[in-house]
Amino acid sequence: MISGNLPALQVVLPLFGAILCALARRGWLAWFIALVVSWIVPVIAVGMILQVLDSGPISYAMGGWTPPIGIEYRVDLLNAFVLLLISAVGAVMLPYANLSVQSEIDEDKQAWFYALYLLCLTGMLGIAITGDAFNAFVFLEVSSLSTYAMIALGKDRRALLAAYQYLIMGTIGATFYVIAIGILYSMTGTLNMVDMSNRLGDVATVRPLFAALAFLTVGISLKFALFPLHSWLPNAYAYAPTFATAFLAATATKAAVYLMLRFFFAVYGVAIVFGIHPVSEILIVLSILAMFAASIVAVFQDNIKRMLAYSSVAQIGYITLGFGLANAQGLTGAIVHLANHAVTKGALFLAVGGIVYRMGAARLEDFKGIGRQMPLTMAGFTIAGLSIIGVPGTAGFVSKWYLAIAALEQGWGWLVILLVLSSLISVIYIGRVVEMAYFREPEGKALEARDMPLSMMIPAWVMILGTIYFGVETSWTAGIAAQIANDLLAGVQ
Amino acid sequence: MTSETLIILALAIPAVAVGIIPIFNSQPNLRETITLSAAGLLFMAIFTLLIRVLEGERPEVELIQVVPELPISFAVEPLGMIFAAVAGTLWIVNSIYSIGYMRGNNEPRQTPFYMCFALAISATMGIAFADNLFTLFLFYEILTLSTYPLVTHKGTDEARAGGRLYLVLLLGTSTVLLLPAIIWTWFLTGTLEFTPGGILGGKVDDLTLGLLLALYVFGIGKAAVMPVHAWLPAAMVAPTPVSALLHAVAVVKAGVFTMLKVVVYIFGIENLAATGAGDWLLYVAGFTVIMASVIALRQDNLKRRLAFSTISQLSYVVLATAILTPISAIGAAMHIAAHAISKITLFFAAGSVYTAAHVTEVSQMRGIGRKMPWTMTAFAIGGLSMIGLPLTAGFLGKWFILQGAVDSGKWFAVAVIVLSTILNAGYFLPVIVSSFLKPIDEKTSKDDTIFHNHGEAPLPIVIALTLTAAGTIALFIFPGALFDLASAMVDLGTEVTNIVPEPSTLPAGEIGYE
Repeated sequence: MISGNLPALQVVLPLFGAILCALARRGWLAWFIALVVSWIVPVIAVGMILQVLDSGPISYAMGGWTPPIGIEYRVDLLNAFVLLLISAVGAVMLPYANLSVQSEIDEDKQAWFYALYLLCLTGMLGIAITGDAFNAFVFLEVSSLSTYAMIALGKDRRALLAAYQYLIMGTIGATFYVIAIGILYSMTGTLNMVDMSNRLGDVATVRPLFAALAFLTVGISLKFALFPLHSWLPNAYAYAPTFATAFLAATATKAAVYLMLRFFFAVYGVAIVFGIHPVSEILIVLSILAMFAASIVAVFQDNIKRMLAYSSVAQIGYITLGFGLANAQGLTGAIVHLANHAVTKGALFLAVGGIVYRMGAARLEDFKGIGRQMPLTMAGFTIAGLSIIGVPGTAGFVSKWYLAIAALEQGWGWLVILLVLSSLISVIYIGRVVEMAYFREPEGKALEARDMPLSMMIPAWVMILGTIYFGVETSWTAGIAAQIANDLLAGVQ
Repeated sequence: MTSETLIILALAIPAVAVGIIPIFNSQPNLRETITLSAAGLLFMAIFTLLIRVLEGERPEVELIQVVPELPISFAVEPLGMIFAAVAGTLWIVNSIYSIGYMRGNNEPRQTPFYMCFALAISATMGIAFADNLFTLFLFYEILTLSTYPLVTHKGTDEARAGGRLYLVLLLGTSTVLLLPAIIWTWFLTGTLEFTPGGILGGKVDDLTLGLLLALYVFGIGKAAVMPVHAWLPAAMVAPTPVSALLHAVAVVKAGVFTMLKVVVYIFGIENLAATGAGDWLLYVAGFTVIMASVIALRQDNLKRRLAFSTISQLSYVVLATAILTPISAIGAAMHIAAHAISKITLFFAAGSVYTAAHVTEVSQMRGIGRKMPWTMTAFAIGGLSMIGLPLTAGFLGKWFILQGAVDSGKWFAVAVIVLSTILNAGYFLPVIVSSFLKPIDEKTSKDDTIFHNHGEAPLPIVIALTLTAAGTIALFIFPGALFDLASAMVDLGTEVTNIVPEPSTLPAGEIGYE
């Protein structure tokens, strides 16, 4: 009974959790509810991925209405992977939230924050699980709207402006997405993705579908901040409450990236997207620009949360680069980087969150002498930083290895050089922080700073050790990613 | 205990020490006991392995496949055994020395110092026993990162600037050149395993082969082939024990060791010799040998002079590799060990002079030999070994390199070796002579802060440098094990048994063959 309804529970559980949180009113109670939900959700995801690995995709007819008329929840290996990634990050991070949220958000708004967090989780899991193009839009908006509100809860007043900026950009993105779905619906008469894919075969090359693809690409790219559509992201990440930043950085862009993967490879198919239209060239150029421009901008940031945000824009470039290469190795690199970047960037933001917790802010000068005052926090930051750089033995290296091999398979040795050069820029921006932390004398508040409390330290270090673990044992990341890539390229539904 | 376990132990012992050292942060004696016991245990593990390897055992252990066909795995082969044995043995001596030096100079932050040191040793073991290029690269990078805090230990602006240069050059070359070379190799061959005879043979055209070799040569920044040598003098801001073990032994030897491994086991000596794709390397290495010596001649700062001498000596190994004959490869392997023990002696002496007399410049060392006879005698032995005189270890490697150069008619290499020997004498002999024979300089001796009334350095320092100086001579007299290992290395790849005499037939001390 329960195992048959896992796909529905995956989304319904956090949705109800959100309502309970809103009713709870008290911060600690809401946190506890969110914690329970966050810990159950990945169990469901694991259940589903095992089922998929064992017996192939799961199709679940919502409310008993059979697809393509009703909404279908369809879990194949790609969905299951993304679902597990998002829910696992939430589960690891939530214990961290309690103290971090207490220190940054007013007492009376804390329960709302957890309600928003669970809504956001609902939205992202929904995007990842649904097999219905319009339903995906609904979840996209559920997650986006709750994200706007979460960002606005940041204690800095500039958070309001950042949230507003994101609201405008996000809405444009969502609108583009709906326009694309509208065109697709008028051309195919269906909203079910599998059905759509089958019917597209007849009309694949007509102009409206090209327009739909363009709207889709731009709309979704806005949501995951593909350069140069990234302008909302740095401010949003810099001024949002630290826990929200860490959670969003690790998950939010990943859900949107998933949606793009789904449309490119499963709905339209490789032949149309990369065979007929110049998507590959556009993606590769923009990815390279992102890798360099965003990394260079990151070097000059004073606010470390903002710096890491720009680094995220650069890292998204690696993911889209893998799409653009559109071969098995490249796609594997892109998908594995979804997970590796989630773990790495999550770890970095959690470590920075510890400094925000002790110092009240995370400007570069707040890091003076932190290496001595908060040794475990800073050691963690350094290790996760190495993964951003892509040092072998860390998760970041695995992604870049696949991308480099993919580039060589295309015969593009120059791309390998660009890949490693962009890594060197990250040495500079991570290095600045590390130098500041270890070579300057602590002053002011830093003199009394100690490592963050255990409830924050443990989640942070789980993520930090994750960056090393996934750099060495990759069967759950690269292994599954390779399988997904092969399925996607073969056009397996 | 199985040999596989011993390999893992060699990596694990120093790594575990990294975790235990901070627990005794406030009890320095206990803390140093941890370092010394770790060094002792490591030595035992390596010594046991050494005996088994000499008996012909070649243990292998695979930990995990990171990417299919990209495993983290270890295997003990003769060259790696030489490197591990040298680094492991000298760690004990160096730890004794460190205790004297760090306490004698009241250095701050000693706990992180010993932690990073142990981590660097663990990484060195990883490099020595790596069974493939990926594993080697992994530990190569860990070695860079773990030594960076040691270079910047003093925390001054100068130290930070030196540290930046160190990190940028070593990480930069390894990421921009070495990593693409590794990826390219894997792409071409589908493996990175060190294979006797190489893996690239017949896979690529000569031009690509030459290009790949260039990526490796300049990508392995730790070998300090010009123009990627600048990090080594910059690293001299580190406390002397770091310069001694890491920047005369572990780090730089990791560089030339990697170079030798790549040429012998990735390219294959015969393959390179047949295609001529590596001919240019001879000239680059020769240029570095001479140029670095010329620069060393003009350095007044003792540690900088030693650093440039190291650059020059490292390129001896590269030069020997580039001669591309088995006998010169043997010379290269022997020179790795010989230079290690001699150069660490020189650095120990430099640190000793600094600790006792706060002297850092060559020009201040007049007459210092009379006050510090042990130190300066050790220095003299080290210096003579650098020149390559018989009775010191430095003679061994040079002899075989020369032999290989003559055999293969590479007269350029012969000329480089002869010229550099003269240059070496030019910058070591004056220091030795003036420190013993010249009177103490009155001008500097009046400045009490520079040349106050001092005697020998603290006892641990004197013990350490006496041991390594003795080792420098002992290695010349008993080169048997070293030679066995070095020749076993090339035996694996090519048929050279006919031109190398059985080491057991050689009388001790006379390993040339007239």
